Amino acid sequence: MQTRNIMIVGVGGQGSLLASKLLGRLLLDKGFDVKVSEVHGMSQRGGSVVTYVRYGEKVYSPIIDKGEADFIVSFELLEAARWTEYLKTDGRIVTNTQQIAPMPVITGAAEYPENLVEKMAAAGLQVDAFDALSLAEEAGSAKAVNLVLMGRLSNYFDFTEAEWQEAIEKSVPAKFLELNRKAFALGRGA
Amino acid sequence: MKRLMLGNEAVARGLYEAGCSFVSSYPGTPSTEITEAAAAYQEIYAEWAPNEKVAMESAFGAALAGKRSFCGMKHVGLNVAADPLFTIAYTGINAGMIIGVADDAGMHSSQNEQDSRHYARAAKVPMLEPADSAEALAFAKAAYEISEQFDTPVFLKMCTRVSHSQSVVEPGERTEHAKAYEKTPQKYIMMPGNAKKRHPIVEARTAALTEYAETSPLNRVEDGECDEIGIITASTCYQYVKEAFGSKYPVLKLGMAWPMPEKKIRDFAASVRKLVVVEELEGFIENHCRQLGLDPVGKDVFPLIDELSQNTVAEKLGKKAEGGIKLAEAIPNRPPVMCAGCPHRGLFYTLAKNKVTVMGDIGCYTLGAVPPLAAIDTTICMGASIPNLHGFNKANGGETSAKTVAVIGDSTFMHSGMTGLVNTAYNESNSTVIILDNSITGMTGHQQNPTTGMNLKGDPATKIDLEALCRAIGIRRVRVVDPYDLAACDAALKEELQADEPSVIISRRPCALLKYVKHKKPLTVDADKCRSCKACMKIGCPAISMKDGKARIDNTLCTGCGVCMQLCKFGALTGEEA
Repeated sequence: MQTRNIMIVGVGGQGSLLASKLLGRLLLDKGFDVKVSEVHGMSQRGGSVVTYVRYGEKVYSPIIDKGEADFIVSFELLEAARWTEYLKTDGRIVTNTQQIAPMPVITGAAEYPENLVEKMAAAGLQVDAFDALSLAEEAGSAKAVNLVLMGRLSNYFDFTEAEWQEAIEKSVPAKFLELNRKAFALGRGA
Repeated sequence: MKRLMLGNEAVARGLYEAGCSFVSSYPGTPSTEITEAAAAYQEIYAEWAPNEKVAMESAFGAALAGKRSFCGMKHVGLNVAADPLFTIAYTGINAGMIIGVADDAGMHSSQNEQDSRHYARAAKVPMLEPADSAEALAFAKAAYEISEQFDTPVFLKMCTRVSHSQSVVEPGERTEHAKAYEKTPQKYIMMPGNAKKRHPIVEARTAALTEYAETSPLNRVEDGECDEIGIITASTCYQYVKEAFGSKYPVLKLGMAWPMPEKKIRDFAASVRKLVVVEELEGFIENHCRQLGLDPVGKDVFPLIDELSQNTVAEKLGKKAEGGIKLAEAIPNRPPVMCAGCPHRGLFYTLAKNKVTVMGDIGCYTLGAVPPLAAIDTTICMGASIPNLHGFNKANGGETSAKTVAVIGDSTFMHSGMTGLVNTAYNESNSTVIILDNSITGMTGHQQNPTTGMNLKGDPATKIDLEALCRAIGIRRVRVVDPYDLAACDAALKEELQADEPSVIISRRPCALLKYVKHKKPLTVDADKCRSCKACMKIGCPAISMKDGKARIDNTLCTGCGVCMQLCKFGALTGEEA
């Protein structure tokens, strides 16, 4: 099979490392070769962050290049718009509609673009946009946005819910398991 | 059992399996997790040294004692450790010794893009370069074998994409290794008479290692379907080449960055119609090929700058890569920023307000350079701020002393700031040095240091007293302020700038991200009182924005630090009482 590519993008500190850990676990258990590339260090401090998850029979490059991503999973709307060039023409964006103003917007040096979901769709991109933050809060914590997004993403894969749940169990500390299960279910059902 | 591991974790696993029992490092992205992961193995003694030179010298001591050792650092850290490096290259080791160094092509978290391979050639020390986590583990083990077989320290060279990518490894078992120490003055005392006898041994060793490189499985040829071109590559670039071309072209993958084979490269070149070298940063392999009289395609096509990728490799070799859809919309940048509640913020606001010139240093506080604070003038290297300030003030005959400061973090001060402060005291510049003590090494992800009272393993450790240290160095004016208290910061800064002798201000408050730090409730905005003056936005806090002309606090980010509250003249911001 051809290598499949998932990009997870967001704002440093939003919890994308747990999402990639979960995907890595699931895909390894399913017998794929897997590579996951993370960002550490300076860009983590509230900056734009990206994680690459690649799987297939044999994966070489640890990174995803322009035009290669099957999915872009975004924790924040502006970040989804930032990385569209990395999506395959038939790829799909799964994004939280939450908006977090970057510093140039806070200081007034730039504007946060309006109607990004509509603009992405008009550009010919397949966009699945929803309010993951509200679902995470419903599950019990704003921090569970990562699992809500994974739940939503799971609808586009053939893996069973039990397989996803098993991967969650292996990736999440026991005391947060219930919260994360609930968040995943809400995302999957949304 | 197969596991996903970061390249850095896989190095640590390799150290463990090879019987390494001593690790000393200084944190630096992208190298840090090697040492953190090594510390998790009971069998390995692991520590954070105050700097890379101390780490390397300690690792040498451990190797001398007969135990396999490791020291880890980022590329710029190797500059700090270069002094011992060039001489332990002469002495050789007793038990195996690995120097882990991680480059940062693309400068994800660094101040320059230097290529560490030059150090291997300059110091005449062999260097191995893994291309994924499985190789990181295997090469760590191979490095100890080479180290002991050839009596030399060995570099294990990582890069951001190998260090910070998880890929599949199969862990194995540990084998113990130990040797006895024997006094050997002619080998270990490098005074001229002895060193003159060691240098020929070093040259003979490089010749022997070159022979080893000819047949070592670390360097391997992978056959291709077409001999139109043949590609020599290494490290993460190997992955980009394979991603772009699969098995189309023959590939010579070099696992040894130094020394490189000669016959193997000539034979490979002779087997293809055109030779191509794909490598990041410098044309290091390419230059070696040119010395052999070959004429490869290399840096005439590939950039000296930034990382490569599969698309870059494909395009430079004539295969068009398909791009995706770019939005016409202008997307504002999202640069990294100081976190909400960051203790550095209040201090940098004070510096910006007083319009002082600020000699900066390396750490989270480098983000004080970002607008709207924009309160830093220089960032060079670890520890540079204090001597930069000294030279600046001396050269101006003291004229700038009342409006110029140095800022340096607690860990950076321990690393190489102290010697600069000794110079300030001894050569008497009227400098004002601010130590930003957030009680942790922040930027690299919370590592302990000599001022925190804890060690790498999480046990209590001797805590260096910064005030006492500065006084012992000869600074008489040493004072501590709370950076959340803007009035106190302002008063301290003004007084110390005016003082007629060198002074140190310690701006002390632990990093807001530390688990033991308790946050207050998020602040609330009284919209009726808010006059939309945006005074609260001068501090560049990511938790504050304007909505419908009024200040808005993001409850998920605000830590209730209250710095913005002190800027509001209308009492529109309120928080929990102290």
